[in-house]
Amino acid sequence: MTLRRRAPMLLLVTLIPCSTVNAQVSSERLLRAAQEPQNWLTYSGDYSSQRYSLLKQIDLKNVKNLEQKWVFQAQSLQKFETTPLVVDGIMYLTQSPNDIVALDAKTGRVFWIYHYIPSPTARPCCGIVNRGAAILGDTLFMATVDAHLVAVDAKNGHALWNTQLADPAAGYAMTLAPLVIKDKVVVGVAGGEFGIRGFIAAYDPATGKEAWRFNTVPGPGEAGHESWHGDDWVHGGAPVWITGSYDQDLNLTYWGTGNPGPDFNPAQRPGDNLYSDCVVALDLDTGKLKWFFQFTPQDPYDYDAVQIPVLVDAIWNGTPRKLMLWGNRNGFFYVLDRATGKFLSGHSFVDVNWASGLNENGRPIATPQHPGAPTYPGLAGGTSWYSPSYSPRTTLFYLSTWEGYGAVFAPAAADFREGQRYMGGANTGPIRGAENPNINPHGPINTYTETAGHGAVIALDPQTGKKKWTFEMHDVNTSGILTTASDLLFVGGREGYFQALDARTGAPLWKANLGGDIVAGPMTYQVDGQQYIVIAAGNCLFAFALRE
Amino acid sequence: MPCRGVLGRVSGSSIGGAINVDTRVRLVIEFCADRVESEIPIQLLILLSKDWNMLQRWVLVFSLSLGAIRPTTQIRDRPGQYAQADIQYGSQIYSAQCSPCHGPDGDSIEGVELGSGQFRRASSDADLRTIVTMGIGGTAMPPFNFDAGELAGIIAYLRNMRNVDAVALGDVNRGRTVFEGTGNCMSCHRVNGKGSRVAPDLSNIGTIRTANALQSSLVDPTGSMLPVNRSVRAVTRDGTVIRGRRLNEDTYSVQLIDDHEHLVSLLKANLREFTVLKTSSMPSYEGKLSSQDLGDVIAYLLSLKGPR
Repeated sequence: MTLRRRAPMLLLVTLIPCSTVNAQVSSERLLRAAQEPQNWLTYSGDYSSQRYSLLKQIDLKNVKNLEQKWVFQAQSLQKFETTPLVVDGIMYLTQSPNDIVALDAKTGRVFWIYHYIPSPTARPCCGIVNRGAAILGDTLFMATVDAHLVAVDAKNGHALWNTQLADPAAGYAMTLAPLVIKDKVVVGVAGGEFGIRGFIAAYDPATGKEAWRFNTVPGPGEAGHESWHGDDWVHGGAPVWITGSYDQDLNLTYWGTGNPGPDFNPAQRPGDNLYSDCVVALDLDTGKLKWFFQFTPQDPYDYDAVQIPVLVDAIWNGTPRKLMLWGNRNGFFYVLDRATGKFLSGHSFVDVNWASGLNENGRPIATPQHPGAPTYPGLAGGTSWYSPSYSPRTTLFYLSTWEGYGAVFAPAAADFREGQRYMGGANTGPIRGAENPNINPHGPINTYTETAGHGAVIALDPQTGKKKWTFEMHDVNTSGILTTASDLLFVGGREGYFQALDARTGAPLWKANLGGDIVAGPMTYQVDGQQYIVIAAGNCLFAFALRE
Repeated sequence: MPCRGVLGRVSGSSIGGAINVDTRVRLVIEFCADRVESEIPIQLLILLSKDWNMLQRWVLVFSLSLGAIRPTTQIRDRPGQYAQADIQYGSQIYSAQCSPCHGPDGDSIEGVELGSGQFRRASSDADLRTIVTMGIGGTAMPPFNFDAGELAGIIAYLRNMRNVDAVALGDVNRGRTVFEGTGNCMSCHRVNGKGSRVAPDLSNIGTIRTANALQSSLVDPTGSMLPVNRSVRAVTRDGTVIRGRRLNEDTYSVQLIDDHEHLVSLLKANLREFTVLKTSSMPSYEGKLSSQDLGDVIAYLLSLKGPR
């Protein structure tokens, strides 16, 4: 065959990848995101939020040959909590306060940066952070710390529309990655430390117009309002600051809600305080509540249920069932039926003394500790928002935890003043005068002891709630988890190590000292035949791949 | 039918001579069908029971029930809440910093009676701290830049002024002599460039520890040792024993300063044994030093504020 005769064939071969590169991210692609593992199309990888990838070029044997390929240095000293998206070789990440960066996923070189300047009235409780963007078509979506939702052209980084959701001066903020499902961009608002009234809302991707809004604190006439007394609901909290999940068959989207306000003084808000500390299942089209499950009624400990709902289809007691796996900040691991919200099982996964257990409906049997005595888990919880992972291969649920960690809670009356912290008391570590871990990094020095708690990664068997293995860390662990089809588990930690474990046994296989707190979830993708693993640590984003 | 009824029940200690600041009255107001209970200072009941006419009494009671009049902020004693060492340390600070305006008994400014335990603008310790550190705008009360230990002392003293003879903690110079001499403290500790680095450097200990904490450390070093000061013992695979004070630790490694003042970083994978010791190598000075010497040493340690 001459070159002339081969030319049309070459052209065809060239066109195929080109057409893939230029393809828009349709809602159909998002529904099937797990089936194109070379990309990472949503915050948790796909709508089931398992943070599990089918890629397996990096495996148990060669993972020791991982090497750093590139680094992106954020122009910020804030905590770097982003999980990037990768679409056909282009990576989109967010950096504080609310920038979107588009870069070459193979080299780390930047195409463009979209700068958004939040209002100076923004007052996020716990750092000017952002956890990532969402994409549909050629449009990126970002939720901002001043409670705006912005749409940006994915090709050139120019703003398309900007919708204000709430008043940042009143404590409303957004730090989560939006979730795009079909024709909706779904987000929730943070601000549980400021006595906001939380909500989850859906917006039109083309215009930014609100499609529906679900109040996580029901007002008069709304179901659940009876769980509040008087006007307590007005400042009831129940924020939403981590991305939800979606079941296409049920057309339900699931979101976890945070603490009621004021945080530590339940005497000020009698009742169950719905829908704080809940998972809510909402109809995607209408935003109507299908069901809810409350993990911590009338929460005195700030045990946010702001975790990723992990959706798994599995056999339960001999019957195929749509499950939801939930490692909660309150120290219990729950299995729910995600079609109905029915409680199926619950087991503690760390030291717990605030409740002696769960009743047949999953409601905690509360055992408040005496004033001055430590409560386990402490304020930061047995786990928190850091992404867990589920591997369909090992059928294990993986969770970052804080073990042996408690706090002394001291409730106190709080007056509500708009835009000011509405805490209702304080908390301290169990050892007077000693350091105690909290949600903010303090490294690199760590001299915690066994009494102040430490981090771990645990592998739970959802069927029994029992631990299959534990990988203990010295410091606490604020990292998300990624698992792959090669039975690898990637996780960071506050110490700054990024490590690969054998997902079957927890055996450490590889690590890199990245020198900064890891407060983000790892993700993976493939470009030009090479699989990459990416993690944010300190103020940088690191990309690893096998040595060539 | 007129509404009626004002009942006072004494729930604190009885009057008998000087009014005890802890004396409060459970005031029960039965007003029409409503019943309001409130605690008020005994002084108000006295007002009610003496020279006021009925109308005045009713106005006051009714105002109280509506919250329109707030009684003078009343502070209760909290026995045992404040360590003796903090109170004594606070008395020293008070003498130096507060007494020039407020007087030794806290009564030199008209209308201000610090010694009474009553504060017009503060009820909680947090309120007191705010006033001391922020001052009071529009008055002569300035903000003070006290460190945490000093602030703890001054609050403790303000709460206990009337109960405390202003006994000095001890003599700083004598304390230094004991510290550098019979106490043998510098064989492990370092102050302003002198002494060993094996134990924590104490050059600024007066800014980060209260008098009470220092006293505890001197008499019960193990019980009061903070996790940050743990010692460790490591044995390498070849049998070398390394002892030192832990500076940092993670899952895979530990950093320490050893007994020879070397900075050492060890990989745990290379160790045969690694132990974080819960027992302090510092001896208790209870019985080894006289109470006078202990007071002097604490005074000296509190004087160590680091380079300023």
